[in-house]
Amino acid sequence: MISGVLVIFFVLAALAVLGAVSLILQSHPIHSALSLILVMVSLAGLYLLMGAEFIAAVQIIVYGGAVMVLFIFVIMLLNAGVEERTNFSKLATFAGIPLALALGGIIAAAIARSSGHLPAPAADGAMSSTRELSKLLFSEFVYPFELTSFLILVAILGAIVLAQREN
Amino acid sequence: MSEILAKYGFLIVPIVKVAILVFVVLTLDAYLTWLERKVIAHIQARWGPHRVGPHGLLQPLADGIKFILKEDPMPSGVDKKAYFFAPFLTLMLALTSLAVIPFGPDITILGYTTNFGIADVNISLLVLFAITALGVYGIALAGWGSNNKYSLLGGLRSSAQMISYELALTLSVVGVLLIAGDFSLKHIVEKQAGDFGLLSWNIVGLTKGGGGFTQIIGCVCFFIAAIAETNRVPFDLPEAESELVAGFHTEYASMKFAMFFIGEYTSMIAVSSLFTILFFGGWLSPFPASWTLTHYLPSIILVPLGLWVIFDGIRYETIFGRIVLPGVGFVLTALGALLFLWSPLNEAIQGPFWFFAKVGAVLFFYIWMRGTLPRFRYDQLMDFGWKFLLPVSIANVVLTSAVIMWRMK
Repeated sequence: MISGVLVIFFVLAALAVLGAVSLILQSHPIHSALSLILVMVSLAGLYLLMGAEFIAAVQIIVYGGAVMVLFIFVIMLLNAGVEERTNFSKLATFAGIPLALALGGIIAAAIARSSGHLPAPAADGAMSSTRELSKLLFSEFVYPFELTSFLILVAILGAIVLAQREN
Repeated sequence: MSEILAKYGFLIVPIVKVAILVFVVLTLDAYLTWLERKVIAHIQARWGPHRVGPHGLLQPLADGIKFILKEDPMPSGVDKKAYFFAPFLTLMLALTSLAVIPFGPDITILGYTTNFGIADVNISLLVLFAITALGVYGIALAGWGSNNKYSLLGGLRSSAQMISYELALTLSVVGVLLIAGDFSLKHIVEKQAGDFGLLSWNIVGLTKGGGGFTQIIGCVCFFIAAIAETNRVPFDLPEAESELVAGFHTEYASMKFAMFFIGEYTSMIAVSSLFTILFFGGWLSPFPASWTLTHYLPSIILVPLGLWVIFDGIRYETIFGRIVLPGVGFVLTALGALLFLWSPLNEAIQGPFWFFAKVGAVLFFYIWMRGTLPRFRYDQLMDFGWKFLLPVSIANVVLTSAVIMWRMK
């Protein structure tokens, strides 16, 4: 049975895949970055479909907004031009395609095997899901969460040190 | 009728609401440009638009026709995709951001109860921020795609500015979120209802039950960051004429330029609405609920305004004005009288009346600032954003959460 949700899912999934393919095929860095934004926004739509409204909004704010704006900003600042095509390396043709197919097959097999025992998404309202998320984050996963923020702090310090070294 | 509404209402009502909202907002945008030119002209002791129609009231229409009829040349060497996509993206995102704003309390028409706004999402604030986050691309792409140094510099400046001020914008709201405990703009407004009228709003913070705390720091931070986010004076560096011609839209003409223009004014309306909702109680009346006489304020404003327009119109210099202005005045007076006499309509109009009155005041403040303040220098802008606004908004978050924690004990 084809429901409206399923149609929206396939549209968003197709957009995400198209964006990902276009990301590789585009010859201009800005166009590639724009394709990546399309992937991010379609993924946000998919999260929304699963009832994870908070994650969807954060996906757009952080990945679609902040991260990709920085990408585009840097590309614009460097004024990077169209990339030049070289002759395709033989390694890519002979080893790349089979390896890519193998990787896709492994991922598909893993998904097919595990899809039977995936937990169903929570059926209740999204605000409670935001609340549940924060409760989990600050109780059960508080140490990984704090460790991650520490990791980000280290990365920021590293960036400052690298930027300062030139002076 | 009501049976059809009950059955297909979920489909018909949003379409009707979208159509009305787009019409109202686009008209509002047009007359906002008129108001802006008039107010700034009067600040500078000039008349402003005065030729097209009485008091220049048909100027927006003339501008619109001009935009449509202008030639739309495309400069050579542009990146076509980015060049065409950018204005559409800007306008689309600006209009979309209005979809989650509640303009008033729930209304019931023909037995069908619906929210006063297009979508009642329970993460509406996050949705708004998500749309704002994407808004940078319109300007950045326009600047980059135009194949013009000035455009590129304007686009770069604007991206940098928006990234910097988005942080302060988001953080200044956290205090309100801590008090409300909810992302829904509707619930944020409902939390500000109290017995004392405007004292219960987040800017004062005497919320019913005592859960609030004054958000005046957050309010000031939000307003400054919002001006920077909408690229308005004194933060309009992306389009600083003396340095960058017209910034990111230098190479745009005709309708594509108009789209940036409408997008800018629409996001001004969206930001003013958000400001009203977060800090000034949204659609709530500033008077205590027991003062029922204040419900006649719309009539008290509309009737004298209408009468004044009639008398001004009779003495107007052109024949056209002598016909149109008294007509407009008569409609306003009649509307005021209708509201006075028909109390169900008067009650229904209270929420939207206060909402639009507050938004109008904020928009007037925007224009007033443009007529008053000089432009920032670029390094001043960055220093102000990162070294002052961001720390202050973080301090507000810490202070508010400390007060809330202390109250809970």
